[in-house]
Amino acid sequence: MMRYAILLMGAPYSSQAAHSALRFARAVAERGHRLEGVFFYHDGVHNAARLAAPPQDEPHLVDGWTALAADHGVPLQICIAAALRRGLLDEREAARHGKQGYSVAPPFELTGLGQLVDLGLRCDRLVTFGP
Amino acid sequence: MANDKALGVDGDLLVILRHGPHGTSWLREGLDAALVAAAFGRRVTLLFMGEGVTALVPGQKSGPLGQKGTSPTLEMLEMYDIDTLLVETEALALFGLRADGLMLSAREVEAAELDELASTHSLVLTF
Repeated sequence: MMRYAILLMGAPYSSQAAHSALRFARAVAERGHRLEGVFFYHDGVHNAARLAAPPQDEPHLVDGWTALAADHGVPLQICIAAALRRGLLDEREAARHGKQGYSVAPPFELTGLGQLVDLGLRCDRLVTFGP
Repeated sequence: MANDKALGVDGDLLVILRHGPHGTSWLREGLDAALVAAAFGRRVTLLFMGEGVTALVPGQKSGPLGQKGTSPTLEMLEMYDIDTLLVETEALALFGLRADGLMLSAREVEAAELDELASTHSLVLTF
């Protein structure tokens, strides 16, 4: 049993990164390893957009991440600085910035870069997916 | 091997920067990760590779591009106790730069020494 973490820096549907990261995450969890968390940074924060509405014949990445969290209890952490400037706000941040509506919901959580460093140092492997 | 651990550089985190200071946010977001790690007391090494070496060209301004640029951030590295800066020798040659003409003092390493650096740091992040 190894402890893994994933760093995802690719936007959904723009590159293979997000698809591969989700498949890798499933494989890690289903083979009995421990996936301690997925951290979304750079354009990867767009994977948390709760309003994503892909065509029905394509994988639904947001639903995929949400199912991963539900099935295996994997924390989904988004860099708050990278998210806010790209319009990804949870209910609390939307209220704080006077915005109507919000674009991020649980199980995704906005957090700081310190969590990425902590995650990377705590796990046996941090695997990065990017464009 | 005679050259085993020849660099003598180690730390908690190796941040590899492979993008230039303008055009994308890769460099800025990579530096942010390095600064946060240092602020949490981690020992951070920065390695400027490929196009990333252009971040160290002196006299950069943010200009009219609408991006803040990274030069002010680089000037703050010392305040965060990030003092191990490495530059890739091959990339300096490629861009016609010299290590002694950069905005910060940085030590040259060759791309072939990357495996040693990866093995002497607990975590490697590449931007």
